[in-house]
Amino acid sequence: MIPAQFDYLRPGSLQEASEALASDEEAKVLAGGQSLLPLLRLRLAYPSLLVDVSRLEELTGILDERDHVFIGAMATHDEVLRSPAVIAGCPLVALAAATVADPAVRHRGTFGGSLAHADPAGDLPAVALALECVMVTSTRQIPAADFFLDYLEPALEPGEILVGVKVPKLGPGWGFHYEKFHRTAQAWAIVGVAAAVRRANGSIQEARIGLTNMGPTPVRARAVESALQGVELGEAVRQACAEAAEGTSPTSDLHAQADYRRHLAQVLTHRAVNAAAGRP
Amino acid sequence: MPRIAVTVDGIRYEEDVEPRLLLVHLLRDRLGKTGTPVGCDTSNCGACTVMLDGKSVKSCSVLAVQADGSDVVTIEGLATAGTMHPMQRAFHEEHALQCGYCTPGMVMAAIDLLREDPDPSEETIRHGLEGNLCRCTGYCNIVRAVRRGAQSMGQAVTTP
Amino acid sequence: MTEELDAGVVAQQIAESGQLSEPDSTREVGKARRRKEDARLLAGRTTWTDNIQLPGLLHVAFKRSPMAHARIVGVDVSAARDMPGVVAVFSGQDVADEQGSLPCAWPVTEDIVIPDHPPMAVREVRYPGEAVACVVATDRYLAADALDAIDVDYEPLPPVLDMAEALTEASPKVHESGNRAFTWTFAQGDIDAAFRDAPVLIDRTYVQQRLIPTAMEPRAVAATTDGESFTLWSSTQIPHVLRVMLALTTGIPEHRLRVVAPDVGGGFGSKLQVTAEEVLCLLLTRRLGKPVKWTESRSEGNLTVHHGRDQVQHIALAAEADGRVRGVKVELLADMGAYLMLVTPGVPLLGAFMFNGIYKMDAYSFDCTGVFTTKMPTDAYRGAGRPEATYAIERVMDELAAELNLDPIEVRRRNWIRHEEFPYTTIAGLTYDSGNYEAATEKALSLFGYDKLRAEQSDRRDRGDPVQLGIGVSTYTEMCGLAPSRVLGSLSYGAGGWEHGSVRMLPTGKVEVVTGTSPHGQGHETAWSQIVADSLGVPFDDIAVVHGDTAISHKGMDTYGSRSLVVGGMAVLRACEKVKEKARRLAAHTLECSPDDLEFSQGAFKVKGTESSKTIQELALAAFAAHDLPEGVEPRLDADATFDPENFSFPHGTHLCAIEVDTETGMARIRKYVAVDDVGHVINPLIVEGQVHGGLAQGIAQALYEEAVHDAEGNLLTTTMADYLIPTAADLPDFVTDRTESPATSNPLGVKGVGEAGTIASTPAVVNAVVDALRPHGVHDIQMPCTPERIWRAIR
Repeated sequence: MIPAQFDYLRPGSLQEASEALASDEEAKVLAGGQSLLPLLRLRLAYPSLLVDVSRLEELTGILDERDHVFIGAMATHDEVLRSPAVIAGCPLVALAAATVADPAVRHRGTFGGSLAHADPAGDLPAVALALECVMVTSTRQIPAADFFLDYLEPALEPGEILVGVKVPKLGPGWGFHYEKFHRTAQAWAIVGVAAAVRRANGSIQEARIGLTNMGPTPVRARAVESALQGVELGEAVRQACAEAAEGTSPTSDLHAQADYRRHLAQVLTHRAVNAAAGRP
Repeated sequence: MPRIAVTVDGIRYEEDVEPRLLLVHLLRDRLGKTGTPVGCDTSNCGACTVMLDGKSVKSCSVLAVQADGSDVVTIEGLATAGTMHPMQRAFHEEHALQCGYCTPGMVMAAIDLLREDPDPSEETIRHGLEGNLCRCTGYCNIVRAVRRGAQSMGQAVTTP
Repeated sequence: MTEELDAGVVAQQIAESGQLSEPDSTREVGKARRRKEDARLLAGRTTWTDNIQLPGLLHVAFKRSPMAHARIVGVDVSAARDMPGVVAVFSGQDVADEQGSLPCAWPVTEDIVIPDHPPMAVREVRYPGEAVACVVATDRYLAADALDAIDVDYEPLPPVLDMAEALTEASPKVHESGNRAFTWTFAQGDIDAAFRDAPVLIDRTYVQQRLIPTAMEPRAVAATTDGESFTLWSSTQIPHVLRVMLALTTGIPEHRLRVVAPDVGGGFGSKLQVTAEEVLCLLLTRRLGKPVKWTESRSEGNLTVHHGRDQVQHIALAAEADGRVRGVKVELLADMGAYLMLVTPGVPLLGAFMFNGIYKMDAYSFDCTGVFTTKMPTDAYRGAGRPEATYAIERVMDELAAELNLDPIEVRRRNWIRHEEFPYTTIAGLTYDSGNYEAATEKALSLFGYDKLRAEQSDRRDRGDPVQLGIGVSTYTEMCGLAPSRVLGSLSYGAGGWEHGSVRMLPTGKVEVVTGTSPHGQGHETAWSQIVADSLGVPFDDIAVVHGDTAISHKGMDTYGSRSLVVGGMAVLRACEKVKEKARRLAAHTLECSPDDLEFSQGAFKVKGTESSKTIQELALAAFAAHDLPEGVEPRLDADATFDPENFSFPHGTHLCAIEVDTETGMARIRKYVAVDDVGHVINPLIVEGQVHGGLAQGIAQALYEEAVHDAEGNLLTTTMADYLIPTAADLPDFVTDRTESPATSNPLGVKGVGEAGTIASTPAVVNAVVDALRPHGVHDIQMPCTPERIWRAIR
């Protein structure tokens, strides 16, 4: 299928891009285009204008800062998953980025684009939530917890552009895992679990869990996180993870019914936590 | 209409394009590069995979304007001086194609995965090709071909 | 494995038959020749239909129904006509008097209901995606834009989705004549006696889900006319059948219509069709006097390429207490979809004679009702009827084994036809000409490591391992090599099953072979060259095989039903024999001897006992020059031949699947898959193995991944590849394949056909494995595809 007509702008500056987006309600940001182009081709979206931000200097690059890694919005999944700064400072991001779609899509699809698309079935929003990332936009900084408002709805004002993301470094003692459950290798996650676990003396001191596709937005499994505090590895972890579906509102759709998603959330959270804690 | 400059299989083109023109249609309908086919509209099948600035992309999910200033290599640009690329030869040797429709994209994806891992395991190959669907071969011979291609490409590098 | 199987009996049986023939280095046949087709495909120098460019080419796009069932109140195309680049817009009404009705060539009963099937709907749409209008524009982008400007006013009608409900009085009707298309029955033996007081009765209902064939190349059609003659290019499996049917449908005289199947990117039955788009492209080029082209998008194709399978199967099996089968009773509901297309009603009949599988029994009955629903019509999909039959019998044989607490191999062994019993006429009336089920099974068990895997299974069960192991068996046969014309006639099919070939020696000694088969990935150019090289004694590289263009290949029945080698390859061999006979007469004249004094070897006729000889290439030149031809010999060294098989061929084999089922998530993953197939003599083992691999992937896909899903309103939900899940390389295992060889006796090549065997065999092997893993959980069936969610629900 073939996209409907639209205008195209490749702005020379962030300001020009913001102004163009602010002046036209039907305008959309074009980053890597890996989510947008299929929508355009199926004529599920009819934007009037695409503002191509891919060549704006401010949005590129991955920087290793003291307490965080700054990932430019236009860093591709492929760049992210191979970045030494990401692998050293926030390996969970690399682990999840490696599961996005397939290699060719990862060469074009961007970290910022995935987050700004705010698809709860995407693998990165749950990671951003779990790691308490900070979204840096053209006008302000937004904590991840306040960023995902609803299905495909990020907390971005008209003309506001996601510039990059500050991913906190969690420091020593933390382990990470992203557990993705899908029917075929290129399919979207039915459920995914992003887990960061700090372990000491054979027990879990602290855990951060983000859930993919368990509601209209990515979800933080707070009940599991508190239940895991101070828990020794073993059966107690399983019990703690049984609360993974609490507070979630998964949909029933072609790919799974809600009760199955709730069940998967428990099983996969258990697996993700164990893996993050270094337990096979 | 934006004007773009793009190099395809070593030839530089300047074209006026509608913003919505897909790279794959620029290749097929405007430049006559019909070796790159289209198999879906959701970037799942990978039949249209080409190299864009040295990395595999699905040319149905890239706008021609996004490729402005870039270098594109298609299946038609792989052979040198009439000699097949080692990966093309490996696909032939291992009977890794039947109808051949997925083949251009599959070969490009195979070459791409060797950039990162010149000696991939079966597991790595299978995951490296997860963005390319084949309906004829059951993938067995494709996996074998990629391994054979990797071996001969490795030799090509080490042999002066 | 059972004691009897270990007792050395099988070893002796293998020694007697089923052995692979020794490769002969002097012969092409049997060699793993790399394919001739590959170079152009690998270089991107292919002619897919969408690649075709013609001066003044116009692009066609179709406006399609967003509803499953609705009355068309009005179609307003006026705004679309004013769009830039638009040359013409037509609604179904605009072409109603000219478009005719799409054909069904297989009226399986005398009282079958074949509804009128307009290529573009005029008054009513009956499936989602049915065309209601079309745009012709100067550019494919502009054509797509104009579709948005067409305004169609629909009055929704109730969808008809469930077959059983469709047959009730209260159901809304798809067509005024009702929802029953036909009922076809068949019975052999005393079925009541077989079931009366049977010690064991197994009664099951299986669902063959609806599948979308998904050839990688979407369909495309191009058409042009000079005002008198027409040329149609189509991504089709059947250029010859298509020409005949289009001539009958459109009124274009057959001699004014040329049909070309250029490079075709897979079919799997989905391109064995006469489509609305082919008829309409011809009509549009006739109306507009300009060449036109249409290429479907994948999401358009998922809606409107004919679908496959979709049956509800009720199978009952009666057996003795020792597991010997007395009889099998089958009742099918087969979903036709909204219309009967080319062979829609015939597909279940191709399975009607196969529900008895490889087993001996006293009675068999079969009853099939074809039902109309408001879905895309179904038609041939890889295996067409035989996968359905094989699935049901192989699933139910496992149920019998479970009921009797027997090993599934053992229960099969107690029932299968023994190799010394061939040829064997089955209860369904087919004569299986050759086979060796013992040998194939023994080989498969050994490659699989059956005993070891059973031990592991037992261990995992004992440990309560969350990952359980299942082992699935499928000892299948199928009927292919379609088909003896007389049999097709007796089943009311509208055409024959012969095939045509012609072989021409060219003046320079090269050989041109024309085949009536129409390959779309199978490798006929290579395999036919191997046959011809051996027959004529000419080099493999001196042979070109041409096909797929009715202006070049005048006669043919095309490619489907694993028929090409068995029927088409034989026709080519026959033509070679005729060429050699002509050459022999010419050689005798030239060498001044009697034809009987000549011996033919390695491409040359030699006068026995002398050194005097002529090569076939020299004779080709002599025939061309025609300076000195014997009386009555024409200046040509070529021949045509047809072959009409006297019987079907019956590939068989034993497939074993080990699957790991994660009982916590329901995920099933194949760990090992062994396929031992007997496809008779093999022309090219490389191609045979490739066909098996691909067939396995498609059969496994039905078992685990694929399903066309409709919602309650009848909308298709799986319109894209993101929703209709095709397995990737990462989802499938490496396959272990091997062969036994029981030559077919129905053709001199001894070949059986291999295109569908893998698909037919693998689906039950995989599902049997899944169910086997879960039997301790009380599970005896999982509906296909066995998704993690379905497995999880079955365990709960």
